[in-house]
Amino acid sequence: MAHSRLSFTPDDRVNAFLTTCPEPEYGTGRLEGLAIAIKDNISTKGIRTTAGSRILEGYVPPYDAHVVSLLLAEGAAIAGKTNMDEFGMGTTTENSGYGPTLNPLDTGRVPGGSSGGSAAAVAAGMVRMALGSDTGGSIRCPAAFCGIVGLKPTYGRVSRYGLIAYANSLEQIGPMARTVGETSRLMQVIAGYDPRDSTSIEQPYCHTPDKNIQGRRIGVPEEFFGAGVDPAVAAKAWEAIEVLEKKGAEIVTCRMPGMAYALAAYYVTCMSEASSNLARFDGVRYGPAADTKKPWHEAFQERRGTSFGKEVRRRIMLGTFALSSGYYGKYYAKAQAARQQVKLDFIRLYKEVDVLAGPTMPTIAFRLGEKADPLSMYLSDILTVPANLAGVPAISVPCGTVDGMPVGLQIMGRHFEDEAVIDTAFAYEQAVV
Amino acid sequence: MNMENMTAVPIAGSRSEQSAGYISQAAGSPPHPEADETIIGLEVHCQLDTATKLFCACSTDYRSDGPNTHTCPVCLGLPGALPKINRKAVEFALRVAKALNCEVLLESVFSRKNYFYPDLDKAFQISQYDKPLAVGGYLVIEGDKGEKMVRITRVHMEEDPGRLVHKGGVDRARYSLVDYNRAGIPLIEIVTEPDMRSPKEARRFLNKLRVTLEYLSVFDSDKEGSLRVDANISLQPEGWFDREKKSYKGRNRVEVKNISSYKGVEKALTFEITRQRNVIRKGHPIEQATRHFVETQGITTASRSKEEEQDYRYFPEPDLCPLRVSSWVEQIDLPELPDARRARFIGQYGCSPNHARTLTGDLKLADFYEKVAGNADPALSATWVADTLIGELNYRDLGIGSVTPSHIIELVNLVKSKTLTDKNAIDVIRAILDGILQKQPAETPSQVVKRLDLGATDSGIAPAAIADVIREQPQAVADYESGKKEAFMFLIGQVMKKTRGKADPAELNAMLRDALDGRGQ
Ligand SMILES: [Zn+2]
Repeated sequence: MAHSRLSFTPDDRVNAFLTTCPEPEYGTGRLEGLAIAIKDNISTKGIRTTAGSRILEGYVPPYDAHVVSLLLAEGAAIAGKTNMDEFGMGTTTENSGYGPTLNPLDTGRVPGGSSGGSAAAVAAGMVRMALGSDTGGSIRCPAAFCGIVGLKPTYGRVSRYGLIAYANSLEQIGPMARTVGETSRLMQVIAGYDPRDSTSIEQPYCHTPDKNIQGRRIGVPEEFFGAGVDPAVAAKAWEAIEVLEKKGAEIVTCRMPGMAYALAAYYVTCMSEASSNLARFDGVRYGPAADTKKPWHEAFQERRGTSFGKEVRRRIMLGTFALSSGYYGKYYAKAQAARQQVKLDFIRLYKEVDVLAGPTMPTIAFRLGEKADPLSMYLSDILTVPANLAGVPAISVPCGTVDGMPVGLQIMGRHFEDEAVIDTAFAYEQAVV
Repeated sequence: MNMENMTAVPIAGSRSEQSAGYISQAAGSPPHPEADETIIGLEVHCQLDTATKLFCACSTDYRSDGPNTHTCPVCLGLPGALPKINRKAVEFALRVAKALNCEVLLESVFSRKNYFYPDLDKAFQISQYDKPLAVGGYLVIEGDKGEKMVRITRVHMEEDPGRLVHKGGVDRARYSLVDYNRAGIPLIEIVTEPDMRSPKEARRFLNKLRVTLEYLSVFDSDKEGSLRVDANISLQPEGWFDREKKSYKGRNRVEVKNISSYKGVEKALTFEITRQRNVIRKGHPIEQATRHFVETQGITTASRSKEEEQDYRYFPEPDLCPLRVSSWVEQIDLPELPDARRARFIGQYGCSPNHARTLTGDLKLADFYEKVAGNADPALSATWVADTLIGELNYRDLGIGSVTPSHIIELVNLVKSKTLTDKNAIDVIRAILDGILQKQPAETPSQVVKRLDLGATDSGIAPAAIADVIREQPQAVADYESGKKEAFMFLIGQVMKKTRGKADPAELNAMLRDALDGRGQ
C-alpha cells in the first residue's frame, strides 16, 4: 500500500500536545488522510507515550494500542499525543507532569480533564478528531468545557488493549470531535471485538446518526439538577432537554438514589485499582532510571517519590490503604456494593426510559488553579461517574454557553445502545444548528 | 501463597480479618520433644507444561535461550498490555483438580497479589485468592503406617514471576540482572492440609504428586525449576493435633520456603525438626517464622521478619473475567492414574506389588516397561527393568529415556531362552549403558554378547573344563572325597573360571558333582 505524508505543524498555544508528529504517514480507508490526535495514555508504536507522567519520560512503546492499529488501518494519520492529567487523575489537565493545557476559548481557564489536550486540540481546530479516555468523565468533562462532542462508549465496546491503565474496570477509550457526526464516524472505526482484551465484547458500531427521536423516552434524574450544580448550567441543560421534547421525545423526571454513594464508590475503586496499576513504575524498566548505587527498595521509593506528581501519590496512597488487610472490607468491598446499587438504579430506570439526560458538569470550566483543593475537584465529577460505575454509554454535546463558556448536555443510554445516545445528541445538535 | 493468609480466608467467602490457626504458643507444653509428632503441610508450585504462557502467546520453551527472548508486551507487563487467559492452561489445571478429587468452584476469580520485587514486572502477580479454581480433594500416598490420605485444601492457578540473576553471587552481588523469560509461565499451586507426619511422608507425597501430574501430561519434572515447595512444620505432643485440630493451642509452626527439589524437601524438614527440637529442649518457645532452605548447605535460615508481614492487598483482577469452568471439568477424561496402573500391572503382567509400585512410580518408566512386557515375558521383564536396569541407570545418572525398549526386550528374551545367563545379562546391560555414557554408537544385546563372547554354552565346553579341573586339582578332589564341602565350592569356581561364566551355574554344579561322584564308583 502506498503511503503518503501529511504536514502537521499546529500553532499549539494551549499546550494541547505533548508530542507532535510533523509529517505523519497516512494510508487509505475511511479516515484517509485525517490527522487524529491521540491521548498520551494510548500506546503508539515508536511515538513517545508518557500518560502525562514524568515517570514515563522517554518511554516509547514497542506496540500500538488496538484502537491505534484500527485508525492506521483506515488511513488515519497520527497527529501527535495530547496532554492529560497524569495517568488520567484529574478533572482539569493541570495535573500533567508537563504543564497544564489551557482552554482555547479562554486561556485563563482549564480545558477540563483528564483528556484536556485532546479536547483543546479539537476545539482550537488543530485536528478534527481525537481519542480520549474516560474513567470518571475524562472525555465528557473536557468536551463540555471546550464546547465539543465526546463519547464514553459502553464498557467493553472499545478495546482497552494498549491503554495505560488507571482504573481498568471503569475506563473506556472514546471519540472526541466537533460534531456528533464526526464523533460517530470515529466510533465506527474504533469499536469492535478484540480478543486481547478479555472485557471486550463482540458488538461492532456501524451506525449513522439519525435525528428522528419521535417517541423516545428521556429520563431526567433530579439528582443531576441538585445541590452543587450551578443554576445557570442547570438551566441550559433544561433548555436543551426541552428542545428534545419539541423534537418528539417524551420527558420523564426520575430519581437515582444510588448517586449518593457514587462518588465514594468511584474514588475508592479507581484509587485502589490505580495503586496496583502504577506499582510497576519503579525506575527499573521505564522512565528515568532509579539510582543503581542505592539498594533497590530505596532507589525505587525515591524514583516514585520524585517522579509521580502530588495527585498521583495521593491516589496511590489512598488506594493502597483501601486495599490493605483490615480495611478492604470497609472500603473496597463496600465500594463494589455501592457500585452495584448505581448499576441497579440504571437498570431500573432503563425499564421506564430509553436514555437519561442532564448536564455533563455542574459548572462551566474552572479558572486555572481554582480546584487546588482535591476534594472540591473530586466533587465536580459527580454527574459523570455514574455512567462509568454502571458501564453505560454517555455523551456530552454542547448546549449553549454561560458567561461565554460552553455547557455540555450529557445523554446516557442502555448498555450497548451507544447508537441511541448518538441519535439523541444528534437530534439536539441538528435542532439548534 | 502464604499459609497464614490461607487459613484466614474462608474459601469462596468474604475476607476475614482475624488470623486463625493453631499458631499460638501452648501453655506448658511437655518438654519432651522426642515424644512429639511432626505436623507437616505443603504448598507445592508446579509449572504447567503448556506450549505458551498463561496470559500471552509467548513460548514456554525458554530454558536454552538467551534472557528476555521469550517476552512480549503482556508478559513484560508493559503499560497498556492486557492478560488473556490460556484455555489450555485452564484445562491442564482442571485435569489436576479432577485427578486430586477436588471440587471445582462454579466461579473462580483471578486476583492481584501486590508486592514489589524487580522480577515481578507488573508489581503484582495474577493469582487466585478467595475463589480458587478448586477445593477439598485428596491424594493417597504410602504413609509411614500404610496407605494414607493427604487432604488437598485447594488448587489454584497463577503466573510465574521472572528471575533475577545476581552477578557475583547472592551474598555479594555487584549487580543483578532481570530475565522475564519465565514471567507468565503458568503455575498451579496445590495446598495440602497438615496431614503429613514425617519428612519421608512429605517426600512421598511430592513423588506421588509428581507422578500423578506426569500421568496427566501437564508437568515435566525434568525441567529445571519446574517444582517449588513451601513447607509448614511444627512439633506437637503425640496425638494432640488429631485430637485438637486447629484450636488455639500447640506450638507455633514454621514455614520453610524456597525448596526446589524432591530430596530438598526431606532434607529441609529433617533439619527443621532437629532445630525445633533443640529449641524446645532448651525450654524456649518456637517463634512463628518464615525460614529459607539453603539447598547447598542443607540448612534453613531465618528470613527477615518483614517478609512475613507482607500485606498483598489482594483484589479481583479487573482485566480478566471470572472463570466458570465447573461444567467443563465433567467433560475432561482422565487418563489411567498411577494407582490404577499399578493394580493393572499386578493383574495383567503378574508383577509383584513392589515391582508394580516401582514401575508405575514414573510415567516414562511405566511406558517403557509396558513396551518391554508386550514383547517379552512380563514377569521376567518386571524383574529386569525394576531391579537391575533402574539400579544400573541410577548408578550412571542416566534416565530411562536413554535406553531403547527393543534392547531390553532382546535381553529378556535371551535370558528367557537361556542363551544368556543372569550374570552375563547384567554385564550386557552394563556394557550397553557404558557405551551410552561414552556416547558410542548403540549396540544391541546380541552385538555385545558377540563382542564380549558372553553367550551361554549348553554344556559343550563344560565336560572338558571339568575333566581339566579334576586333573589339575588332585588335592581338592581328595578333600571333596573325604567330605570337605568347601572343596566342592573351590572346584566349581575353577570350572567357572574356565567356562568364563558362559555356562549355566546350576547345570555346571550338577555336571561336576556327577563327574566327582562318578569317579569313586
Ligand atoms: Zn509474552
